[in-house]
Amino acid sequence: MPASTLARGVRRIGAGTIRAVSRAGFATRFFLLVLRHSPSAFHRLQLTAREIYFAGVLSLVVIMVSGLFVGMVLGLQGYDALNKYGAGDSLGIFVGLSLVRELGPVVAGLLFASRAGSAITAEIGLMKTTEQLSAMEMMAVDPLARIVAPRFWGGVISMPLLAALFSVMGVFGAYLVGVRLIGVDNGTFWGNMQAGIGFWPDVTNGIIKSLVFGIAVSLIAVFEGYDANPTAEGVSAATTRTVVGGSLAILALDFVLTVFMFRGLGSG
Amino acid sequence: MNKATIDLWVGIFVTIGLGAIVFLALKVGNLTSIETKPTYRLDASFDNIGGLKLRAPVKAAGVIVGRVESVKLDNKTYEAVVSLRMDNGYQFSKDTIASILTSGLLGEVYIGLEAGGDPVMLADGGRISKTQSAVVLEKLIGQFLFDKASSGSAK
Repeated sequence: MPASTLARGVRRIGAGTIRAVSRAGFATRFFLLVLRHSPSAFHRLQLTAREIYFAGVLSLVVIMVSGLFVGMVLGLQGYDALNKYGAGDSLGIFVGLSLVRELGPVVAGLLFASRAGSAITAEIGLMKTTEQLSAMEMMAVDPLARIVAPRFWGGVISMPLLAALFSVMGVFGAYLVGVRLIGVDNGTFWGNMQAGIGFWPDVTNGIIKSLVFGIAVSLIAVFEGYDANPTAEGVSAATTRTVVGGSLAILALDFVLTVFMFRGLGSG
Repeated sequence: MNKATIDLWVGIFVTIGLGAIVFLALKVGNLTSIETKPTYRLDASFDNIGGLKLRAPVKAAGVIVGRVESVKLDNKTYEAVVSLRMDNGYQFSKDTIASILTSGLLGEVYIGLEAGGDPVMLADGGRISKTQSAVVLEKLIGQFLFDKASSGSAK
């Protein structure tokens, strides 16, 4: 009896591994298919514009409000910590660097995964459940070109813009708290920031990060929707997987990208 | 929602998104100063400016009266020439002393002005002739050690 329980356990692990690997294979094939069908997303720009509206414009409020509050908290906490060492004047560079390099892309990406990614997955999953995707195939309309590619590119285009807006709102929030409320000198705040942040290594790397996160989250979102079990339960599980997987992917990718981008710049 | 509305919103979104990127880029470079107050320029030469940065404050008795506009090296005297953008509301006499100071041990570097008694005021483009360089900590320590060593050997 224990032997058969053991065997069942081993079998389950094996089946799970095989399923995970084959899903990874399917995801890769799916990514290449989406890329192959991408020209049609740009050929019919109206479809992509619609998806930028749903993924980007409708995420504006949550991104901007979060950015403002994150910046204000950074301003308060940063000033409190820096002032212990008599370096409260360095608030500008502290806030600017943490927002442009890390918090802007990462927090905007996490919000994007839960706000827009989940919606994309649920939409495509429900289309699959109600057999709209099969109906399209029957009418010789490729759902990859008509449904998936515009959503993918809508997300990829929206993400860097949202991350930049997040950073700007954060800097503005830190300015409100640091300069207006606490009384850090206005010129010192901006001067330190400009002296310490370079367009080339810092701002561009932040934009590259947000672009990579946009690709990862959008791909996970459309893939989970397309791959969902065509039941109500399956769609809900797929939506959860998008948010969890997308968030983990962002954090893991962030670490990898940071290692590549900033390892040599530590002393700068 | 019809096409025109979606296009309008996407346009607004892309515009402010790109605007945000431009803001991030400009914030780094020389953001043109938004101050509208009338100003005048003063020059001062220093042997050593230490860690003085552009846009650092110029203070008199702790009050900010101007900002550092540019820092150049004079190729003949090998002195640093610092241009100060001063607030028009504050005038300083000709024998004013400018010194480079640090607020706290790790704080920002700024220029302190000590007004003199000369009745003639500095005008636009004027030059502060009495200056005091930044204190370089390494030199100070070196000097201290040297003094210690020489006084030790004299005994």
